[in-house]
Amino acid sequence: MIKRIKIGTGSCGLAAGAGEVYDFFKENIKDIEIIGVGCIGHCYAEPLIEVETDRESVFYEKVEPTQVFIDKIRNLDEESRLGFRPERREREMLKVTRLAGRIDPTSIDEYIENGGYSALKKALKMPPIDVVNEVKLSGLRGRGGAGFPTGLKWSFLHTKKSPEKVLICNADEGDPGAFMDRSLMESVPHQILEGMLIAAHATGATRIFIYCRAEYPLAIKHLKTAIDQIVKHGLNQIGDRKPTIQIKEGAGAFVCGEETAMIHSLEGSRGTPRFRPPYPTDSGFKGLPTMINNVETFANIPIIINESGAEFVKIGTEKSKGTKLFALAGDLKYPGLVEVPMGITLGEVVYEIGGVEKDSVKAVQIGGPSGGCIPAEHFDVRIDYDSLESLGAIMGSGGLIFIGQNRCMVETARYFLDFTARESCGKCTFCRIGTKRMLETLERITHGKGMPEDIEFLEDLGSKIIKGSLCGLGQSAPNPVLTTLRYYRHEYERHVADKRCDALVCNDLVRVFIDKSNCIECGLCIKNCPVNAISDNYVIDDTICTRCNSCIEVCPKHTIARIAGGNTGV
Amino acid sequence: MPEPKSCLFNLDKDRSNLIKALQLTQESEGYISDQAVHQISDYFTIPPVDVEGVLSFYTQFKRTKPGKYIIAVCDGTACHIKGSSLVANWITDFLDIKSGETSNDGLFSLETVACLGCCSLAPVISINGKVFGNLDRKKLLKVLKKYQQMGKHD
Ligand SMILES: Cc1cc2nc3c(=O)[nH]c(=O)nc-3n(C[C@H](O)[C@H](O)[C@H](O)COP(=O)(O)O)c2cc1C
Ligand code: FES
Repeated sequence: MIKRIKIGTGSCGLAAGAGEVYDFFKENIKDIEIIGVGCIGHCYAEPLIEVETDRESVFYEKVEPTQVFIDKIRNLDEESRLGFRPERREREMLKVTRLAGRIDPTSIDEYIENGGYSALKKALKMPPIDVVNEVKLSGLRGRGGAGFPTGLKWSFLHTKKSPEKVLICNADEGDPGAFMDRSLMESVPHQILEGMLIAAHATGATRIFIYCRAEYPLAIKHLKTAIDQIVKHGLNQIGDRKPTIQIKEGAGAFVCGEETAMIHSLEGSRGTPRFRPPYPTDSGFKGLPTMINNVETFANIPIIINESGAEFVKIGTEKSKGTKLFALAGDLKYPGLVEVPMGITLGEVVYEIGGVEKDSVKAVQIGGPSGGCIPAEHFDVRIDYDSLESLGAIMGSGGLIFIGQNRCMVETARYFLDFTARESCGKCTFCRIGTKRMLETLERITHGKGMPEDIEFLEDLGSKIIKGSLCGLGQSAPNPVLTTLRYYRHEYERHVADKRCDALVCNDLVRVFIDKSNCIECGLCIKNCPVNAISDNYVIDDTICTRCNSCIEVCPKHTIARIAGGNTGV
Repeated sequence: MPEPKSCLFNLDKDRSNLIKALQLTQESEGYISDQAVHQISDYFTIPPVDVEGVLSFYTQFKRTKPGKYIIAVCDGTACHIKGSSLVANWITDFLDIKSGETSNDGLFSLETVACLGCCSLAPVISINGKVFGNLDRKKLLKVLKKYQQMGKHD
């Protein structure tokens, strides 16, 4: 008997059409409870539903808003079930995401029924310093990117004497291509709040802010609901005080993820970073002692308190403990969110969990615009803070972009530089102007106008920007260029010396060509060309063609393709 | 002295609410007009240049009136890899607007954003907050045509 149907209505689910499924099911199924839940991480299968029967849970993928599908579900049809691939299941370790996508994110009762807020209860019975020590013992390091030991940070705030102390949850998730924090906020908002309340107890915080990027409306909505619920339940009572909890929406500036910039933004100013020291725990929001932790960091706290730090420390490598969430996207078959123990190899994540064929990805970009590209020959690297750094990359927040063989590494590096150059707040000269010069150089190379000295110039300037910048943005901005130069120098050289983009990505170095031998002269390409570059006898005028691929997409015989050569006259 | 905005009535006049005030204004009016800058500056008793300084720092804020439908093309890493620049070109070709522009009929504005958090469905765009994923040219044009129809009807 079916007890309940759970529809994944996180942002990713909604984008895949889960909203229509939800409405249709609500309309046409009256005898079974239907609820929306967050994301279980298998985003490739969206819209995705879980059918709870009295005996088991059955999952269906690519669900459609049709009566046929409803009938299938009612009969618990075996065929269209989502089979969880054992390659992935065996490697995953669901701790932080244990409840994600499994419970109603808008119901505090369901969270409590599943063990929620038991850690808070337990922590409130402990003296604050014991809680701090438990977190220290766990070896947890910040999940926001830098990997600073969380317990140590907590002890800084704990020892501060001040009538007011501030706690900030960094939910800015600015790394484009990462969605771990969004998924947690949408799926298990209470778990994050529980972590924050425990931190408030441990550190003596009196004010709590959650700084969330405005691009995440659903996450904000669920957090708001959750805050109202804990206030109603009196769970915000920490000893004899009630810390205030406020959500602040970001306004679209990547640099505001940096902690001192975030504090300026919270104060209502331009989000420019400042020199540290003083560290926020000494002087932060309005001069008050302030501590900032990432969403995932907070979501780990209830687990540590429940299981004890000594238990937590058993997972992972010597210096990187616990599990880590990764957002897999790009050129792979099974994009989604995974939670794996630290110390797993990158190759296991790429090949087994991501399901890509050997040789079909050439690199993985880890850590976003601050991180680096790791080429396939290094996929045996263990995922921990230090091993990744030794390859010139960083753990970052957990975005893993798969880069297929048909992508251009120079263009990819240009993309990241374009991002950081735009997001530089402008305070440091090297960051403001240096990234611009690097970007221009990269643009020149991708346009086929690169000069031999450009490559060395990039390396030289890159290392200077790292030294000459105040905050992490500038200090890491050259990383994507430097790592691609380290591992894919030949691609740069091909662009510069031969004016060739072997991946056929850089528009100025390719042309679009119709192979007439297969052409059936159907006229679709001519009709669909937005700039009328194709003549009546099916020849493309290179000087007009914008390489928009419209003709390639519509050609029924697949006889149009990008080929080497281009405007540069080569 | 300009009247304070009704959408700000409940807001505490502490400077830390400045960004919130700008967000509320943009939510109700679609953009931040010169008049709004002065109203907000009066509300918090800070100089207009300070308000301008803050709002120009954050890409979220618009100083000109946007179209009825705001199309945001995601150019996050995942979407970029999956061809977001082609998607942007297709939109430009179809609606004759570039990123940052609004169509003459006031129906569409086009902007580029970094990551909508739906990277597993790359490439994606959002129109007034609704996200469309796994786009190819055909699917994209279908969506745009639907909004064109909708825009003409009401
Ligand atoms: C340019 C820049 C952007 C950052 N963006 C984020 C972010 O989006 N989310 C985040 O949690 N940390 C971000 N950080 C790291 C924070 O400054 C800070 O280290 C982190 O929030 C601390 O929390 P943790 O110790 O729990 O990791 C960023 C740092 C820099 C320099
Ligand atoms: S990169 Fe486009 S949604 Fe994340």
